[in-house]
Amino acid sequence: MGDFAVKTWIKTLLMAGGLCLAGTSFMPGNALAQVKSLESGVKIDQTNAAPEVHNTVENQRLTRAFRQQPPLVPHRVEKYQIDLKVNQCLRCHDWPYNAQERAPKVSETHYMDREGKRLDKVASTRWFCTQCHVPVTDAKPLVNNLFAPTQPAN
Amino acid sequence: MSTENQESPWRRIWKALKLPSTRYALGTVLVAGAIFGVMGWGAFNWALELTNTESFCITCHEMEENTYSEYTTTVHNTNKSGVRATCPDCHVPKEWVYKVRRKIQASNELFHHFLGTVGTPEKFEAKRLVLATHVWQTMKETDSRECRNCHHFDSMDISRQNERARSRHLDAVQDKKTCIDCHKGVAHQLPKGTFEAEAELNKSMSGAK
Ligand code: HEC
Ligand code: HEC
Ligand code: HEC
Repeated sequence: MGDFAVKTWIKTLLMAGGLCLAGTSFMPGNALAQVKSLESGVKIDQTNAAPEVHNTVENQRLTRAFRQQPPLVPHRVEKYQIDLKVNQCLRCHDWPYNAQERAPKVSETHYMDREGKRLDKVASTRWFCTQCHVPVTDAKPLVNNLFAPTQPAN
Repeated sequence: MSTENQESPWRRIWKALKLPSTRYALGTVLVAGAIFGVMGWGAFNWALELTNTESFCITCHEMEENTYSEYTTTVHNTNKSGVRATCPDCHVPKEWVYKVRRKIQASNELFHHFLGTVGTPEKFEAKRLVLATHVWQTMKETDSRECRNCHHFDSMDISRQNERARSRHLDAVQDKKTCIDCHKGVAHQLPKGTFEAEAELNKSMSGAK
């Protein structure tokens, strides 16, 4: 490449750069300002405000919002161990413990494997209860939305 | 004469100990005895207390790696009131006689520490159900005495407890159940086979009564 070609290239690049800069400052309403950084207004050397602490809703009946919804858990669950070794939920909710502990019994559908074969133990596909059944906290929704529960059939 | 010279020094000390003191008055002997007695007693209890701390318990890596690291996430380590229950609070009786008995048992644990019986997390896990069952059995036998050092049904305001706790505690008093019957794994992770072992233990212990 000749000396001339290199110079042309550099000039073209500089011009393109200049145009870009000019473009941003002429943008209507300055669109850049509308892009929010993930810092949400907190400078990098400042500490974010601590998030609010929310409590688990207990001692309340929690209704379902739609038919297929896995029932919600009306109590705290963080101290119950659910792992490969032990599932403490089952110590109260599995038959025959449920009667003695006065806890709702696990649905019969949970004692069936993928092929529909009936089992005596909870199916391993259902083992991790909190995948579907979760406690509720008193937090407000982060974003307003239009979700409404289906109407109960009267 | 020559025979006496050949006597071993230990034998001579023993002989002297058997003779009544001619040099010191009985009073002196008694007072000295009392002083040394108190000092010995103090040293003994001091050693008992020194070994009755959380930091002593977790000098063994078996305890630090397994049970302690799990315990740190539980309510007995941090809670809203800021009152802690440490290892000896739950595992060593407060009453002197029971405490000394537990300490003697603990020498067996030291022995196994040096043997390395539960020296790795895998070995610990393999032995855990047996160890846990011992604790459950003891607590059932003592009506969960160590829990009751801090918690009492009589002082519990069940109206301030959640619905489940209230209903279960009312039943518990009626059915003469003890804390450990329901509160297993309050401070540690439970091992595989917990509920089967529990059922067996309950059966064997109700049969014994
Ligand atoms: C040294 C005193 C002490 C001993 C011993 C003790 N606890 Fe606790 N326990 C506490 C304190 C303190 C709390 C926390 C109270 C609070 O919520 O602020 C607590 C909380 C609890 C809770 C509530 C758990 C929760 O998540 O709210 C249970 C259950 C419990 N203890 C059971 C037991 C059992 C079972 C034993 C015997 C193995 C026992 N405790 C021994 C002091 C003790
Ligand atoms: C019949 C079973 C049963 C027995 C026996 C029992 N508890 Fe409970 N306890 C429960 C249940 C269920 C809960 C509520 C669920 C939970 O918090 O884990 C509970 C909750 C608690 C709580 C937390 C209360 C709260 O509102 O935060 C404490 C503390 C407690 N128990 C201590 C004890 C002690 C100490 C004993 C023995 C004197 C005992 N329990 C005996 C079943 C029992
Ligand atoms: C709140 C009471 C409590 C405290 C505090 C506590 N433990 Fe335990 N520990 C138990 C109970 C109850 C068991 C029986 C097994 C179970 O239910 O988890 C047990 C079991 C054990 C076992 C038998 C193995 C096992 O995991 O079951 C060891 C070892 C042990 N504890 C060591 C410790 C050490 C070390 C500490 C202190 C870091 C400690 N414990 C603190 C109540 C307690």
